[in-house]
Amino acid sequence: MSERPLSFLDRPNSYIGRSVPRPNARRLLQGRGTYVDDIRLPRLLHAVFLRSPYAHARIAGIDTAAASRLPGVVRVVTAADLAGLYTPWVGTLSHLKGLKSAPQHPLAQGRACWQGEPVAAVVAESRAQAEDAAAQIAVEWQELAPLASAEAALASGAPAIHAALGDNLAFARAVDTGAVDDAFARADAVVAETFTFARHTGVCLEPRSILAEFDRSERRLTLHCSSQVPHMMKEIAARHFALAETDVRVICRDVGGSYGIKIHVYPDEMATIALALLLGRPVKFVADRLESFVSDIHAREHRVAARMAVSKSGEILAIDIDDLTGIGPYSTYPRTSAIEGNQVVNLTGSWYRCANYRARLRVAFQTKPPMSQYRAVGHPIACAVTEGLVDLAARAIAMDPAELRRRNLIADDAYPCTSPAGLIFEKLSHQRALARMLELMDYAGLRREQAALRARGIHRGIGLASFVEITNPGPAFYGVGGAPISAQDGCTLRLEPGGAVTCAISITEQGQGTETMVAQIVASVLGVALERVRVVTGDTERTPYGGGTWASRGAGIGGEAALQAAKALRANILDLAGAMLQAAPADLDIAQGWIVDAVSGARRIGLDEVGRAGYFRGDTLPPGIQPELVATRHHQPRDYPFAFTNGVQASWLELDIETGFVRLLKHWVVEDCGRVVSPLLVDEQIRGGVVQGLGGALFEECLYDGEGQLLNGTLADYLVPMAGEMPDIEVAHVMTPLAGTELGAKGAGEAGTAGAPAAVMNAINDALAPFGATVAEQPFTPARILRALGRT
Amino acid sequence: MSETVEIRLTVNGEAVTRRVAARQNLVDFLREDLGLTGTRAGCEHGVCGACTLRVDGAIVRGCLLFAAQLDGARVETIEGLSDSGEIAVLQAAFHERNALQCGFCTAGMLITAAELLARGGVPSRAEIRDFLSGNYCRCTGYHAIVDAVEAAARTRAGNGPP
Repeated sequence: MSERPLSFLDRPNSYIGRSVPRPNARRLLQGRGTYVDDIRLPRLLHAVFLRSPYAHARIAGIDTAAASRLPGVVRVVTAADLAGLYTPWVGTLSHLKGLKSAPQHPLAQGRACWQGEPVAAVVAESRAQAEDAAAQIAVEWQELAPLASAEAALASGAPAIHAALGDNLAFARAVDTGAVDDAFARADAVVAETFTFARHTGVCLEPRSILAEFDRSERRLTLHCSSQVPHMMKEIAARHFALAETDVRVICRDVGGSYGIKIHVYPDEMATIALALLLGRPVKFVADRLESFVSDIHAREHRVAARMAVSKSGEILAIDIDDLTGIGPYSTYPRTSAIEGNQVVNLTGSWYRCANYRARLRVAFQTKPPMSQYRAVGHPIACAVTEGLVDLAARAIAMDPAELRRRNLIADDAYPCTSPAGLIFEKLSHQRALARMLELMDYAGLRREQAALRARGIHRGIGLASFVEITNPGPAFYGVGGAPISAQDGCTLRLEPGGAVTCAISITEQGQGTETMVAQIVASVLGVALERVRVVTGDTERTPYGGGTWASRGAGIGGEAALQAAKALRANILDLAGAMLQAAPADLDIAQGWIVDAVSGARRIGLDEVGRAGYFRGDTLPPGIQPELVATRHHQPRDYPFAFTNGVQASWLELDIETGFVRLLKHWVVEDCGRVVSPLLVDEQIRGGVVQGLGGALFEECLYDGEGQLLNGTLADYLVPMAGEMPDIEVAHVMTPLAGTELGAKGAGEAGTAGAPAAVMNAINDALAPFGATVAEQPFTPARILRALGRT
Repeated sequence: MSETVEIRLTVNGEAVTRRVAARQNLVDFLREDLGLTGTRAGCEHGVCGACTLRVDGAIVRGCLLFAAQLDGARVETIEGLSDSGEIAVLQAAFHERNALQCGFCTAGMLITAAELLARGGVPSRAEIRDFLSGNYCRCTGYHAIVDAVEAAARTRAGNGPP
């Protein structure tokens, strides 16, 4: 029986591929979750920040005397008061050649470079008292010229925001496969468009929050964070506050939304840590909504001039793009603000066979809040540019856009292959996904319906968008560039005496279902009921070391670690059970919490009996047996730098040509994320991601005036998608398991956001087609649509 | 700023007497003075709905009320509505359908949905979407929430899925 496979995937009681409710959702449903602001500690103090009201201004003086005298105020600090407590940080990575940035500090050093930069902090016994005091701080400002737009920042003669850096070009990159101009010269049609993507931001309903506790007697720092990356935060705190790495503990309990907002190092959070060190008392900072808008990282802000060459027969011959992006005054630490633009260069056009590719990227400093990684980093831009060009090309040669895609998408049997910018694709399924989509949405039927309605003056549009999505990144993303960001994750499993299993894993939960997905894998491999597995996440002292949650890596990396740990624990359990039963371990199995005969399935002893013998009754075991009822395994992607997923999205919408309003009628996604561990959780990741993409496409925009002042920095003014305007979203899967892991899972968290804006843009332009109008400026507001129609 | 007011009210069925700052809003009062942290502030502008709770039987935004206004009022929060079992059907439907992710909006979403269900019948998906439009969710994309509310309405109406 030694050949019997460890068939966790096809065991009769496997949880893999089954939808189960999340056990940890119960507390959230009763309002009993614990977010950082819910934590109360003895002698807790509250920090509030005074922020720059100007985009660019010198601080000639700060008078904190009046503020310091107010009741409840414990300390008011400015930059000078924190000097020596920390070392500053610079957001560069060595593998992004030429990327430069300036040192950042918790509080502005004599000059503020964006509206919202923290300038002074008040610590008081209550938040209200701290706010009262912050209002009494008098700052003598000397306004400096703002450089709000990326164009202005790179204009010749523009003053450098950081004089030491020489100019405002943070990073540049170019790709040229050669022969691009030749391809354009021999094309039957060339289409061109300038696509713009507004700044928007994450709007996590739970704002950024941190509670720092410092025990002076042991020099131990404990951080309660709303974070996706506890181990990274531990490393950062140890490095920049000169603490032993074993003296920093980061605990992340419930996290109220993150989407990439909570993976960065923020000055106000570093200041809160410094204040806890300074005062020796716990200090809490919870951003309010107004300061979230000017201090959370912003996303996007790209202007991409793009061209595509195509032949009459529908062959895409060449793509040429030029991306300019503005990242604020600093490259964000430690992931930098150059990754998004880099992704745009890497990804654009990469799902098509087109070999001729040229791209230019310029990343500019400007006096706006820092811009950095947010859900689907770079993908929505690359996808909208590529798919927008494909639809323009289809129109130029009078070919159906689905057909043009079918002729150019990489064939499903062409893998592995390498894109013009150097991405390696292991195995994707664009053709199958497109075929599945056309069937799912009844593409032909919708086209007929659209034509019939057009005849009645009802303008509906169909938009398609194929895409790839980077998931499961290896060290090539960050680690190779020197960032303390782990690409591997670990899982430790312990059999409890009563037969239950405790699982500690380094990936984290922000509601996507991480703990449930892990429990499904562990329960399936071990042969125990799901409710017998308790998963622990979000604590650097209680879990193995690992990267946390970002870049759609939880299931693919953490899930594989859990699978391997469960196999190892299973083997240990069977070794002990074999000794107890005088049977060969290979002749035994575990099913439904019992040690069973592998062939007949007959129950021999319960797992509780194994646990009891292992922990309490070693005296009953044969000599030489040392029970080992804990196992740890790690997983780190090695075969490929990234595991790509692929998919296609479609949008069906109605355009009111009188008002410019878009009504979303239906949205479809066909996604190939490899093996689906938990269909319910995967589909909800896709749906949530789609709606975040739709937000960027239709509503969300941080509106700035020429002075660098945010004009819509409240939730009453900044629009996010609401239930009433969102469509039902149908999700289907093609499954191409990832090679090189037993689980075969790739990521699913960002694909929805990657493709949704492109699908909606193409649908709007499809509806606009009879009027010869197009839009390419996100978000596609009614005003912009009316402008395209010539109605304003 | 330091003016205080004494209030007597009922919170989740318990009589409460407190002296509160005149400027303190209801969310902060519940969270800081009573330790009822299930009510959460998302925007403090009355827009996002995360702080939705019931006062005298009607759903309100906790961030738009002062605690000092509530002398004599009957306040119900997610903790009380969970313990009484009043919204158990909705909670079960949300759990089954995974109609929540991070959970920050969930209490407000449930209390708003309960108001819709209290009107009786099985609302259409469009009616559900419309009614929930004052409660923001950044995680789910709303589809699952609409499914769950629809399922709970059917359960309450005594019939299962169509």
